[in-house]
Amino acid sequence: MREVYQKIFRDNLPHIWCAGCGNGIVMSAFARAYDKLGLDKDKTVGVSGIGCSSRITGYLDLNTLHTAHGRALPFATGVKMTRPEFAVFVFMGDGDCAAIGGNHFIHACRRNMDMTAIIINNYIYGMTGGQFSPLTPFGSKASTAPYGSVDRNFDICSLAIGAGATFVARGDVYHTKQLEKLIIEAHEHKGFSVIEVLSTCPISYGRRNKMPKPMDLMNYIKDVTIAKERADKMTAEEIAGKIVTGVLHQSAAVEYNEAYMAMVEKLEVGKNG
Amino acid sequence: MAKYQVLLNKALCKSCEICVELCPKKVFGRDKTGKAEVVNADNCIGCLICEEHCPDFCIEVREK
Repeated sequence: MREVYQKIFRDNLPHIWCAGCGNGIVMSAFARAYDKLGLDKDKTVGVSGIGCSSRITGYLDLNTLHTAHGRALPFATGVKMTRPEFAVFVFMGDGDCAAIGGNHFIHACRRNMDMTAIIINNYIYGMTGGQFSPLTPFGSKASTAPYGSVDRNFDICSLAIGAGATFVARGDVYHTKQLEKLIIEAHEHKGFSVIEVLSTCPISYGRRNKMPKPMDLMNYIKDVTIAKERADKMTAEEIAGKIVTGVLHQSAAVEYNEAYMAMVEKLEVGKNG
Repeated sequence: MAKYQVLLNKALCKSCEICVELCPKKVFGRDKTGKAEVVNADNCIGCLICEEHCPDFCIEVREK
């Protein structure tokens, strides 16, 4: 596996993430999935916004863009628009995607452009000091919610399905094999693919919520998640409080670039005739 | 005779203990500074759980 990492990483490790941070686990799952996909590095673009998770693009030896806060998807849209043959992967954190870039996110889902958005959900704004984000669970403590957050949190997967994304999945950093598989499936799906990855932030989230050790959060993720195949066979009471992982939604819809090029062709025919 | 070799790059280790806790065969322990250390190399069954869960890319499991 070392060979896989050497091929895809820029060789500037150690990374900046804290001890036990899930971002590294997501990055290694991505590296393995990417290797299995067998894509051309020169024809792959990694785009990220701002935040801890967005530093991923700094370690990947692909064409990478580290862009403005919340604006990873608009930049990725531009890339895919001009270079439809490129594979585009977008890395975002929960705050980056759901708060600052919330509007861009729903419209990217609606447009259905062929790219993969990986949302690393560590439940908190890690880099700026542990403020609560739109994905911080109700009642969890944060630096701006010292007695527990009273904001209801988004279910980003339901939001993506509602906004029209054609592939929506949820993975986590405990089940790395599943995560790897989901990244491959998401890339192979034609259209806008969203993967929410439940991740760990022991420093900003764990310490404030009685899970100070990296393993506490890993165990929390292990206990709270349940695979979709199993959840489908259970009653609503049995899965109450659990988070369902796996491919949650897959549908077919017209892809944006194809629709755009079809329109161009139609107009050109009209002009010549 | 152990079939696998566990290589550890301590320079990258940040002492998160994920490998120590997740290894089903207790291959890892901690050294004086808290960093991971291979203590039972012969027990390794090559499941790669440590390698896939290490956030800092320290561990490599090789078939001998």
